Amino acid sequence: MDNLNNYLIVSAVLFSIGTIGVLTRKNAIVMFMCIELMLNAVNLTFVAFSRHLGNLDGQIFVFFIMTVAAAEAAVGLAMFIAFFNNRESIDIDDANLMKW
Amino acid sequence: MFDNVWLIPLFPLIGFLINGLLGKKIKNETIIGSIGALAVFSSFIVSVMTFIKLIGLPSAERSVNIKIFTWMTAGTFNADIAFLIDPLSCLMLLVVTGIGTLIHIYSIGYMHGEEGFYRFFAYLNLFVFSMLLLVTGNNLLLMFVGWEGVGLCSYLLIGYYFHKKSAGDAGKKAFVMNRVGDFGFLLGTFTLFWWLGQTHGIWTIQFTELAKNANLFPTGGVVTVITLCFFLGATGKSAQIPLYTWLPDAMEGPTPVSALIHAATMVTAGVYMIARMSYLFIRSPETMMTVAVIGACTAFFAATIGTAQNDIKRVLAYSTVSQLGYMFLAMGVGAFTAGVFHLMTHAFFKACLFLGSGAVIHSMHGALHHVHSHDDAQDMRNMGGLSKYMPMTYGTFLVATIAIAGIPGFSGFFSKDEILWQAFANPLHGSLNMLLWGLGACAALMTAFYMFRLVFMTFHGTCRIKAGAEKHLHESPMVIVFPLIVLAILSMVGGYIGLPKLIGDLVGGIPNYLEHYLEPVFANANAYMQAHTHHGHHSHALEWGLMGTSVVIAVVGICTAYVLYIASPEIPKKFTAAFPALHRAVYNKWYIDELYDFMLVNPCKSLGRFLWKGFDVLVVDGIVNGVAHVVMAFGGVIRYMQTGQIYNYAWSMTFGVVVIIGYYLFK
Amino acid sequence: MDISSVFFALVTVVAIVSALMVVTCKNPINSALSLVLTFFCLATYYAMLNAPFMAAVQIIVYAGAIMVLIVFTIMLLNIRVDANKKGSHQVALGSVMGIVTLLLTGLILTRGKVSQPVGGITSDMINKLGHTELIGKVMFTDFLLPFEVTSILLLVAIVGAVILAKRKLS
Repeated sequence: MDNLNNYLIVSAVLFSIGTIGVLTRKNAIVMFMCIELMLNAVNLTFVAFSRHLGNLDGQIFVFFIMTVAAAEAAVGLAMFIAFFNNRESIDIDDANLMKW
Repeated sequence: MFDNVWLIPLFPLIGFLINGLLGKKIKNETIIGSIGALAVFSSFIVSVMTFIKLIGLPSAERSVNIKIFTWMTAGTFNADIAFLIDPLSCLMLLVVTGIGTLIHIYSIGYMHGEEGFYRFFAYLNLFVFSMLLLVTGNNLLLMFVGWEGVGLCSYLLIGYYFHKKSAGDAGKKAFVMNRVGDFGFLLGTFTLFWWLGQTHGIWTIQFTELAKNANLFPTGGVVTVITLCFFLGATGKSAQIPLYTWLPDAMEGPTPVSALIHAATMVTAGVYMIARMSYLFIRSPETMMTVAVIGACTAFFAATIGTAQNDIKRVLAYSTVSQLGYMFLAMGVGAFTAGVFHLMTHAFFKACLFLGSGAVIHSMHGALHHVHSHDDAQDMRNMGGLSKYMPMTYGTFLVATIAIAGIPGFSGFFSKDEILWQAFANPLHGSLNMLLWGLGACAALMTAFYMFRLVFMTFHGTCRIKAGAEKHLHESPMVIVFPLIVLAILSMVGGYIGLPKLIGDLVGGIPNYLEHYLEPVFANANAYMQAHTHHGHHSHALEWGLMGTSVVIAVVGICTAYVLYIASPEIPKKFTAAFPALHRAVYNKWYIDELYDFMLVNPCKSLGRFLWKGFDVLVVDGIVNGVAHVVMAFGGVIRYMQTGQIYNYAWSMTFGVVVIIGYYLFK
Repeated sequence: MDISSVFFALVTVVAIVSALMVVTCKNPINSALSLVLTFFCLATYYAMLNAPFMAAVQIIVYAGAIMVLIVFTIMLLNIRVDANKKGSHQVALGSVMGIVTLLLTGLILTRGKVSQPVGGITSDMINKLGHTELIGKVMFTDFLLPFEVTSILLLVAIVGAVILAKRKLS
């Protein structure tokens, strides 16, 4: 596995792109997708390391991350729908009830 | 052997629970009263059975611990729910449950038609339960539970007519003064436990263990501290100088309460406690002297106040304080048996007197109510000549009065004379003995005087009740009279179980049963006294002489009362006119209450007010509010960080993660 | 430069470009479809890493289930274009933070040292026994309890989604 570094670089790039997306977009669903992108970047790291180290634990971890991501998607999207029903908007800036 | 002892306190507890929880629903007075009386009567039956079993044992084995379960364990400290059955506690059991039963029966008649009838019986049963715990508990902690329990019940029952402010105040007063004493009790317990454990490695508060190790205690020193603390507790509970002022005020409670709690049982708890720890008290000459002097002074002092009171119950209250003083005198001179003996006889005749006065008040109240008069039903100046309306009450009352006055043949004579003799002849206090005896004898004179003054003013002479009311006076129902008769009989014959050796020898070798019976309890104390004091010999002639003196004193007192209140009633008025200041002082109880108010209560109040306005409001509240204001001010600024924009939160989070990772990376 | 390196570079270019498109596309549908493409690239990586089970799960769960859910939501809410963009200073700050993250990870990569293989799983083994079987063995022995707990998590998520999304009872 000489190309472990390659995978890690790809993963870092994807993670950073995801971060930028989360921090610059207003659309809640796009933000959500960017978070998924970040999670996937981490998954890639896990799998790459798992293969490099010859240990399956990392891949099991990826499996659990996927489960959590699925649960997150279900609940998160349901929340977006509920939010949209209330505010007629999916703009994250409209969700500001928690301010001072 | 004594497997069913736990039933003794259980019955009143059950009675308390039934009446307390369901009494409001039951409503029927007969059922409530029967439950209450039956609960105590069942305890009495079990107590009698226990007593019979106990005297069946050889006298050396008459001390049995019955453990029910372990209450608490903490390190070397261990306290059980366990009962100690020995002659002393057994005697107390009989007195408490026996007289308790009679007073419960009496209460059914006396409290008839009162609001909160069930409440009264619930409290009474709770009281009996606590009292039984107090006398049977085999360790100081359990005794303290009973000790506090009876204090609580006393408070509840004194304040039974809580809508009357004076009753509520009296309850509070009793409670607070008792707390002062309880503090002493606790300190004594702690010191005892700590000292014995520290110096000898024996960590115990159990009476039998303490008695076993009594010889480890030195004479004086720490024992004086311990016993004085305990004695402070006793002065609170048993109304001795300086903590006696609550007892006369406690007469605000219903009369059966006064009879049961403030005459026959609870107030003797202090005497019982000293008797229980006689082996400790005897080891401190200083404490013994304090106890004896305080007892004698109380006996004398309370008697003087008793001579000038007009409220029938107050006279009896001061009489109780005085008689309790005798018991402490007996304890202080090492005559433990005599003290317990007087405790028992006093319980008989004082209960009888209180119940009799209750019958009188009951009748007076009814009669005055009929004619719509607001005269005080307890004021003896409104009574007089009641003997022809209430012959049974009069008869029993007279018997009890004779007993307390100390006429030979009645119970009071034997016990009181024994105390006076011991005060005179004891080997502990040397030349102080004359003073002790003198105070006791003077108190006896006054006792005979004021008790017969009470009888004459109440039952003899012309009837001074409001015109027209006298035809409504009537004898009380059987349920009230029956306990009176039983108690009168007991006051008459109760003394024969403790005949002095002198008289016993004279009439053919009747032994002093009580002394033999109680011997194992006081064996340790008596042995110590034998070993450490020089027992002077007193001739029989001297003893006969003193006995004769006390009889003469009693007769003189009675005659004085007769002359002053029957033969020539104008003399007291002249006397009062001649010495107005003295009369006012005595009538106002020597202004002791006012003195306490001035010296203790008002300074405490002022201090409290100062701490409230000065410290609490300004400093404590200031700090608390200040902290709140500071927090609010900061919050007012910092809250603007909460923008509600997810972007800001996400950015801050990422920034934080970057900083943390960066820190570890460049470290 | 061997063929696998070329292939890797190709996939990487696709992955990064599609990831950038996820962030930059104005229309959420386009973002979503770009994300699907990224997921496929990741699945390819997994396959290249000799982890075919992970590749399959990646496609089934992410590209299949989750993305369908997202696209479905976008269509349900009828969102067209992200009309009002964030303020420019927010975009700038966000981009700076993203770039700092990239630099930081790059730094970790250059400074970090990777340990030697510790486990006994080699490519030969995977080829012989099959990836799925190996994963299954670990999953249902060492990780049985977490696996079961995950089912509870999913159940809770289902219940939560139903409650959140259901029409309000009036």
